[in-house]
Amino acid sequence: MLGQEHSLATLQQALALSTADQTEVLLLAQDSGLTRFANNAIHQNVAETNAELRVRTVLGKRVGVASTHDVSSGGIARVVETAREITRFQAENGDFKSLPPPEPIATVAAYFECTAQWGPEGRARWAAAVCRLAAEAGLSAAGAFQTGRYEVAVANSLGVSAYYASALAELNATVMSESSSGYAEFVSMDANSVDAEALGREAIERALRGRQPADLAPGEYPVVLESYAVGDMLDNLAYLGFSALALQEGRSFMRLGERIMGGNISIWDDALDRTGVPMPFDYEGVPKRHLDIIEDGMAQGVAYDSYTAGRDGKQSTGHALPAPNSWGPYPMNQFLEPGEATREQMIASVDRGLLVTRFWYTRPVEPLRAVITGMTRDGTFLIERGEVTRPVKNLRFTESYLDAMSRVEMLSRATRLGYNGYAATRVPAIKVSSFRFTGVTEH
Amino acid sequence: MMRDMYARALDVARGGGASYADIRVVRRESQTVATKNGRVEALSQGDDLGFGVRVLVDGSWGFASSSNLNGQEIERATRLALRIARASTRVRLAPMEIGQPLVITDSYHTPTKVDPFAVSLDEKIQALLAADEAMRRVKAIGVAEAGFETLRETKTFASTEGSYIDQVITMTGGGIEALAVGDGDVQKRSYPNSFGRQMGTGGYEIVQEMDLLGNAPRIAEEAAALLTAPQCPSGVTTVILDATQLALQLHESCGHAVELDRVLGYEAGFAGTSFLKPEDLGSYRYGSEQVSIIADATVPGGLGTYGYDDEGVPAQRYPIIQNGMLAGFLTSRETASRLGQASSGAARADGWNRIPIVRMTNVNLEPGTCSFGDLVSDTDEGIYMQTNKSWSIDDRRLNFQFGTEIAWEVKGGKLGRMLKNATYTGITPQFWASCDTVCSREHWSVWGTPNCGKGQPEQIARVGHGTAPARFRKVRVGVLG
Repeated sequence: MLGQEHSLATLQQALALSTADQTEVLLLAQDSGLTRFANNAIHQNVAETNAELRVRTVLGKRVGVASTHDVSSGGIARVVETAREITRFQAENGDFKSLPPPEPIATVAAYFECTAQWGPEGRARWAAAVCRLAAEAGLSAAGAFQTGRYEVAVANSLGVSAYYASALAELNATVMSESSSGYAEFVSMDANSVDAEALGREAIERALRGRQPADLAPGEYPVVLESYAVGDMLDNLAYLGFSALALQEGRSFMRLGERIMGGNISIWDDALDRTGVPMPFDYEGVPKRHLDIIEDGMAQGVAYDSYTAGRDGKQSTGHALPAPNSWGPYPMNQFLEPGEATREQMIASVDRGLLVTRFWYTRPVEPLRAVITGMTRDGTFLIERGEVTRPVKNLRFTESYLDAMSRVEMLSRATRLGYNGYAATRVPAIKVSSFRFTGVTEH
Repeated sequence: MMRDMYARALDVARGGGASYADIRVVRRESQTVATKNGRVEALSQGDDLGFGVRVLVDGSWGFASSSNLNGQEIERATRLALRIARASTRVRLAPMEIGQPLVITDSYHTPTKVDPFAVSLDEKIQALLAADEAMRRVKAIGVAEAGFETLRETKTFASTEGSYIDQVITMTGGGIEALAVGDGDVQKRSYPNSFGRQMGTGGYEIVQEMDLLGNAPRIAEEAAALLTAPQCPSGVTTVILDATQLALQLHESCGHAVELDRVLGYEAGFAGTSFLKPEDLGSYRYGSEQVSIIADATVPGGLGTYGYDDEGVPAQRYPIIQNGMLAGFLTSRETASRLGQASSGAARADGWNRIPIVRMTNVNLEPGTCSFGDLVSDTDEGIYMQTNKSWSIDDRRLNFQFGTEIAWEVKGGKLGRMLKNATYTGITPQFWASCDTVCSREHWSVWGTPNCGKGQPEQIARVGHGTAPARFRKVRVGVLG
């Protein structure tokens, strides 16, 4: 671990070497390990110690970026020089206003040393628990358990100087029988809160219940979507439309001030909420701000970084990704407002429909309508007269996520935290009155 | 000096109980230029150097990597790899094996005509901006983008078996995209391929040969025309796929399905498994007689071309599908030994901080004998689809759905009106069984897929697919949400 003092000193060393009009230095470091298992045995087990320095320099209206993993004095000097050279070749960008000025940054106390120090022996214990339970049930387990500590430090020549260390444990397990599979995942900043056996039992229960799936004709069905599937919906909606750049370029479905989802849907981004995966500032050192994206179905706001904010004459919301970034700002800590229902009440309300564990390989078909195609995976079940009656083979859907979010009839009170490797969502399970399934596969 | 450090790591590994160990030191230099609407959107240069040590202890793997390349850190990482391997042994069924020892001392360099790092940034930027401007002359174009990317990987592999291999792999690519906005719609066209670029192993000559400027007006006009083009109809019909779309079809429904780690369940927790089983080898009908697929890590210019894989196994060329029958898998040393085979040289790592896993090389569909003109003339009714827009396939690689940027009606042996939002869907072996014609070698080239994700932590592989246009019968098209 580099630590705050060393990280900020490294940034200042780089800033001192730069002769550009403005300079930003971003340090990303990690010390992580990941244990993978399949067929009830660990087959891959890795560790990574990594540090990357990204230097963004500004000469007038020209901006350039260079990066290196060599954070020695020589490496720092070289990357600063490379960034300056690159910037000289840039054309002027009239929309660029400035790197962001310093602002007060909130403190987020979310660092668990136990997670940072969790070693391969601890991950092996988790894997052993899941594999043993699966073997006892006559099933085969696969999955990945990752623990690590991560550091972000950013400083610029205008006075920004920020440092944040975090630690995260991410676990997912897929348990299979000859004819079925079940899935479970768990994310926490506190590795001591991990209950690997509970994770294994959740996946095993789905795998057992999913055996010998029946054929079901494609068509439109009411669905209860587990929170894993709902998390995918928010990930895709954010990717396609919740960025100011997408809106500026006309490729976003967001029509600010208009109703684009059901009145029971509110989505916001809050990186300071400790029930998510918090981070107090973005990759430009701008403090993270609460962002209402959808409020009671109305398109309310999009994520800004300093560049897109400058174009619109607005303030950055603190959603910059590391430069260079042509995709634009991104909300990395989304929440979907829960409802009052229990999962059981949602299932009980369906006369004939489907219970879907998760979506897989989802891709946009028509971005402006947020039409997505993908598969169900790891547990798809038929609901008949309010009860889960039997498993069905996985189905392909082709559905507008906007339309689906306009047909949400119930939301669960319970929420689950999901993490896709770079962004978190905390979402409930939902019941959608109709969801369009367009194909079926053989398992 | 460096070689001594690598030897020291291997000695530490042996001394710590490793029956096998290797160290890879990888430097990846990169340069990207992206223009958008007349200005340089991103200009970046990266230099990524580090090492990874892999050890096999009592039949279990451990791996540790670091960006801090010095003797002390190499020794620390080696000891951590040993500790990780010992932790792995706690959840083990049978010991991992890697087959017969391999001892190779050699070096390999990608042949390049024009060093992509030696060409001035100004020349690259001007080439992209010229194409960008040509696209924006078409009124409906809201976003015009052009991009250039080059990577140079300098890597050393050393193992306790005695191998020592140096390689320099150079990859270069570029492309343009025009996004038309209007009439409540957004439509995109790309050239030469989607994913922002076409890429291969080689130098700047790859980009020079693309003629981005010459193709810019055409794709911009096509994007604009798509805004008012009719929707692709729904139904079951004949489909002709252009070579770029077929490359992705091949990638998703064949390339991944024949990765032996997927077949053996290694990827069940993330990317998924395969509908194929080890015992299918030689007896499973994957496609029609017209379908022959070769894995070829030696084809000149392919994005998946190299001298040795990241286990030090030589690049190879061998059949995957022969006249429709399953003939081979993509393998690593460990997975191949599970079948009593030698590795096919397809274990690749995405840099110093990742372990080698089974990846595609260049998975190529062998060309047939028909010209594209004759193929269209021979088609009474159908749809010709070009350039991938969306892709999705299930976790066993059976049910897929693809969308293309543009399509054309085929009627009476001629290309007719333009269609938008074309999609098609199917089940892998049924789809390849419906292939009745593959176009000839004059229409065949190797397309790069620079964004293949797999593994945990995720690894991005750069792989290639040699394809020519091909025809498929009774395909379901026009799936809409």
